[in-house]
Amino acid sequence: MRRWLIALVVLVLGRLRRRPELDSGGRIVPPGGPDRRAESLVLLLFAGATLCGAAVPVVYAWDAIPDQTQFLGLAFGLAFAFSSAACIVIGKRLVVTEELEEDYGLSHPDDREALEQLVEESGDRFTRKRLLFLAGAGAGSALGAALLTPAASLGPVFDVSSLYRTPWHRGVRLVDETGRALRAGDIEEATFYTAYPEHADREQMGAPVVVVRLKPEQLRLPDDRRGWAPAGILAYSKICTHAGCAIALYRKPTFAPVEPRPALVCPCHYSTFDVANGGGVLFGPAGRPLPQLPLAIDASGGLRAAGNFSGPVGPSWWGVRNHGARS
Amino acid sequence: MVGRPQPRRALVIRRTVRFLDERSGAAPFLRKALRYVFPDHWSFLLGEVALYSFVVLVLTGIYLTLFFKPSLAVVHYHGAYLPLRGREMSEAYESTVNISLSIKAGLLMRQTHHWAADVFVAAIVLHLLRIFFTGAFQKPRDLTYYIGLVMLIFALLEGYLGYSLVDDLLSGMGLAIGYGVAMSLPFVGANISQLLWNGPFPGGHDFESRMYMAHVLLLPLLIGGLILLHLTLVAARHHTQFAEGRATEKKVVGMPTVPAYAPRSLGLAFAVAAVLFLMGGLIQINPIWQWGPYHVSQATNGAQPDWYLGWLIGALRLVPNFDVTIGHYTLVPNPFWGGAGFPMFVFLVLFAWPSLERRVTGDYAFHNLLDRPRDAPWRTAIGVAFFTWIFVVFLAGAADRMFVMFDLSYRGQIWAFRVLVWVLPVVALFVAKRVCEELLRGEVVEVRRKLVEAEPVG
Repeated sequence: MRRWLIALVVLVLGRLRRRPELDSGGRIVPPGGPDRRAESLVLLLFAGATLCGAAVPVVYAWDAIPDQTQFLGLAFGLAFAFSSAACIVIGKRLVVTEELEEDYGLSHPDDREALEQLVEESGDRFTRKRLLFLAGAGAGSALGAALLTPAASLGPVFDVSSLYRTPWHRGVRLVDETGRALRAGDIEEATFYTAYPEHADREQMGAPVVVVRLKPEQLRLPDDRRGWAPAGILAYSKICTHAGCAIALYRKPTFAPVEPRPALVCPCHYSTFDVANGGGVLFGPAGRPLPQLPLAIDASGGLRAAGNFSGPVGPSWWGVRNHGARS
Repeated sequence: MVGRPQPRRALVIRRTVRFLDERSGAAPFLRKALRYVFPDHWSFLLGEVALYSFVVLVLTGIYLTLFFKPSLAVVHYHGAYLPLRGREMSEAYESTVNISLSIKAGLLMRQTHHWAADVFVAAIVLHLLRIFFTGAFQKPRDLTYYIGLVMLIFALLEGYLGYSLVDDLLSGMGLAIGYGVAMSLPFVGANISQLLWNGPFPGGHDFESRMYMAHVLLLPLLIGGLILLHLTLVAARHHTQFAEGRATEKKVVGMPTVPAYAPRSLGLAFAVAAVLFLMGGLIQINPIWQWGPYHVSQATNGAQPDWYLGWLIGALRLVPNFDVTIGHYTLVPNPFWGGAGFPMFVFLVLFAWPSLERRVTGDYAFHNLLDRPRDAPWRTAIGVAFFTWIFVVFLAGAADRMFVMFDLSYRGQIWAFRVLVWVLPVVALFVAKRVCEELLRGEVVEVRRKLVEAEPVG
């Protein structure tokens, strides 16, 4: 009798516990009560989004509104912000947030077995597998190389001689940005001038030079560059030998003892070149001195190149020789 | 509800579903997809932020292509901006100035595009940190992680090309540095850069079209394709989760796509768009009309690249001045170390990490539960040291700004950074390890205390 009673209780309890599940049994998403306040909030937010969205064409069309960018950005941004808030309220308050479980389900041993078998059996009839594989690999690489060949048309891939070339040679006149010839008398101390070769394309690394003037007794050029700086006027390539930026800073006047020497500085990574001694690196990452252009002053006082640079212009590359540039 | 006639809305749903299933047979798949389980944690949203930034990038980018001219042909400016009137410039620069100053909504779209790029890379990097420090890269998600790293590389390149296309003064300086780094590659540097640029810098006019094609077609397609692959793999192996509540290695616990997760994610998408458009409208970024057009002979002081290239600028500045030479021949020029070797090493470590860790720990098991950073003290400590190392280099990239703002000697800073870049990671390593261990010890103490309290006295 007692057993029967227990059985009955268990049965009833079991049914009771199942009841709610049965009620939602037809449903996939569990039921939940309404939340009219959240609904009103979403309505309000959508209204805000509508208003801001509608403001975009108004701002766009109304030319009297100054600062269009700002107002358009505000209108767009707020329209998105209201929409975002509406979606988040829906996600957090208006739909049922149930917690579900799912198996990670990691591997399929049977299918893997079948796959392996499939691949192996597909190759059953080959007798000289190794040889065939090698031949196939050979054909594949040849085809790959063939497909890559047209890419060689992209640029002068095997000809790096143009890297040594510059538009300077003996006798070329130095001109300023407007094309006016630079004269030795124009060059003052404690400032720098950008100069270009006359009648040449300026948009190449070999073209622009920096011209500065020191007192002749300040010069400490190497012996083989004697005469490269007439009247103390020096010219260096304007392109940094580190990474090719234009040198745009001249450290003069100097502040001894921290920065005792006038120097040219590249603003990209602060490579610092000594103007007195032929462009040696004082500080910063550059590995090569700044190429120097030998100068001469012609009969009318104009500045001219007396040759080409002391070394290749611009960033270094594997195998670059530190000899003079070519014209 | 039962017994009442079916409302019209239900009929619409029924028809739509029938249409879809009859044409695609996708009903079983969609039924599963709509009930796909998302575990919930704020840090899981970082990847989504990156995804939605990408969507904003594509949409604003398409708009910009309708006006931008990828051409280096020389023109004289006659537009609305007086200070540039009569200046010689490329069509690329002129069209970007026009987008910014003459085309309605153009500046909003351009600035939103630029901000979105910055946020995109930031979200990817934060997502990467989350993945790393929680051990989410472990089997079976290592492939997903590698794809993520490839996308990060593409995103960096994509951003660089984006601001290089404009042909303003800053973009030209950035390209010159890129050329310098390409030239410095061992053995093939000169050949590769001549090939890419079609001659010595600034290269042939077709270089602009090459960058343009890569920026608007090739890289976006690659990134988009990899995003699909990344998400497919994530879905196929399910999300990872922290060991909380009912979560186990065997069962993933969370809310289903529909109805709970989809509106939240859509809300996040709109939030990302909101922030990006507000930034695009209200916060100026890269006012290229102030920089002027690029000329090989010109540069400006105090130029800073977008933040995600700061680590490369820092590395280029920190390397001492030496070239690897034999006699008069330079072998490895200096920019290689900071501009190419450093990022290559960083990505090499990131790519090698999952297999390195497997080999060292001997842990070849599947991992669906995430570690808290403290649960793997060695990984966390090495990770903190590694990212500190990169971060110090990143800071060194701003040394010239610190000189201008705080009057700290540039040269002194560089020397300090050259020391700190090796010291701080070591300090960070030991501090992080100690913090992890202390946190774990604290937990053990806490558990013991609770056990003692729970035990009946007597």
